[in-house]
Amino acid sequence: MIEQIDLSMVGWARATFALTALYHWIFVPLTLGLSVLCAFFESIYIRTGNEQWKSLTKFWMTLFGINFAIGVATGIILEFEFGTHWSNYSWIVGDIFGTPLAIEAILAFVLETTFFAVMFFGWNRVSKKTHLFSTWMVALGSNLSALWILVANAWMQHPVGMKFNPDTARFEMQDFWELISSPVAISHFVHITSSGFLLASLFVVGISSWYLLKKRHIQFAKRSIAVACTFGLLSSLFVAFTGDEHGYVTARTQPMKLAAMEALYEGKTPTGLIAIGLINPNKKPGDDQDAFSFKVEIPGMLSVLAKRDFDGFVPGINDLVYGNAEQGLMSTEEKIRRGKLAVASLGDYKKAKKNGEHLVANNALSVFDQHRDYLGYGYLNSPEEVVPPVALTFYAFRIMVGLGTFFILLFLVYGYLMEKKQLENKPMILRLGVLSLFLGYIAQQTGWIVTEVGRQPWAIQDMLPVTVARSNLDSGTVAVTFFLFLALFTVLLIAELKIMTKQISIGPEGE
Amino acid sequence: MIVKNIFHLYYDGFRSMVVGKALWKIILIKLFIMFAVLKVFFFPNFLATNFETDAERAEHVLTNLTQPSADNH
Repeated sequence: MIEQIDLSMVGWARATFALTALYHWIFVPLTLGLSVLCAFFESIYIRTGNEQWKSLTKFWMTLFGINFAIGVATGIILEFEFGTHWSNYSWIVGDIFGTPLAIEAILAFVLETTFFAVMFFGWNRVSKKTHLFSTWMVALGSNLSALWILVANAWMQHPVGMKFNPDTARFEMQDFWELISSPVAISHFVHITSSGFLLASLFVVGISSWYLLKKRHIQFAKRSIAVACTFGLLSSLFVAFTGDEHGYVTARTQPMKLAAMEALYEGKTPTGLIAIGLINPNKKPGDDQDAFSFKVEIPGMLSVLAKRDFDGFVPGINDLVYGNAEQGLMSTEEKIRRGKLAVASLGDYKKAKKNGEHLVANNALSVFDQHRDYLGYGYLNSPEEVVPPVALTFYAFRIMVGLGTFFILLFLVYGYLMEKKQLENKPMILRLGVLSLFLGYIAQQTGWIVTEVGRQPWAIQDMLPVTVARSNLDSGTVAVTFFLFLALFTVLLIAELKIMTKQISIGPEGE
Repeated sequence: MIVKNIFHLYYDGFRSMVVGKALWKIILIKLFIMFAVLKVFFFPNFLATNFETDAERAEHVLTNLTQPSADNH
């Protein structure tokens, strides 16, 4: 059993948010990557003056436009949900999220109303160089827009540069630079944007492979593959590199997430990496059952990846839940005790302030300040609640990494066959290329599952569990929105697929 | 002159759209559903709807933080 279905209000709110976020993420990575690929295609056109590159650029730009149009504003629904389902959270983080999201909104508006218009309407109206500049600006702007959203998300994974204000019940920003230069934000941004480049490369390779299989637009397809394959190979290598760095950062900032990703219950020195494994579904923290029914382990590899040291100790779930004095790890029970002191002193402070008892209020605040780092633990009832759904995190991580590795090999094979001028005679490889387009989306979605499921139960790491982040609503109201979105998103997705496939079927102009 | 050129860039661009026309219809329908239906009937801002001032909102959230309800878990 991967995870028990939770029909509480929080369960429905999480399901609705997950559905919206996963749907939103169908469109975003393609926008990030395809904008850059379009800029490359157009750069080649400007450099060579060959009109076929122009036609090629316009075709991919049209698909970029379709994806953008269907995806636009789907992220706003997430903001609706913050206000309705997650009002405590929304209030508490308002000061932190306000700045990055405002920058994102202004940037997106400026870029989309100016450079977007030139990119789509400006052919033959502005100079070639101005048009190319606009295309690059759209690519740059799209990726910079993502930066601010990812900074906000990274803050939830690793809250820095802030201080909780007990009078306003808000985390208030103390250091904006610390927020945007957080190691989680940087590794998050580079890993996720480069994965968007990878997905767009698979998109171009997949559709072009379909043309080759159908023996249509052959020159167009080969040219597209040549550029996308090079870009995809470089991107996929960079994704692997940044993924490794992201794992290293996760080991320091969210050790429980890393332990869940590896289904590691007992920390060891050195710790092996599970290449393939079948999780024992009955395994619980603290019991003496084996975590795996079957596994293939690479000795010491997890220590190297997480600690950059073959003998590095990587804490397991039991070490983090029950503590490990030898390794200096505090038990979650102790964290809960301190967290409850933080919650109680916050209550005392509020009450004393209301009654005008300044001395009592100051004393309560002093106790709160001592234990504020454990605030979120004060809302937990048992130490085992800090363990995220292990099986889902473990399998999602392996699917993402496995597909990432496969994509590197795919681009290498495509590159080799292109060089040997044999690609169009290899229908099996071309079919694999078409299939990889869909696999790319699976890799994207599983990546976010690892990121978000792996940090449960926290809405803000160590500070606020999802159970307290929610609004005071009943589960029925929230369940209705889940099914409403399911219907809306399905219709929109069908609309996109219909328009997109029609356009792909028409193919590039002038071919 | 510049204003006229910019106007024509948008005007002619919108007029000559092919796929774009269908996309704009989808965008407008989507925005209508989102803002005129979903936001109004299904996604009222909980704190903005139930409380009048920021002080009341802060008080409500502080109460939730200091007296988390029993059905949280």
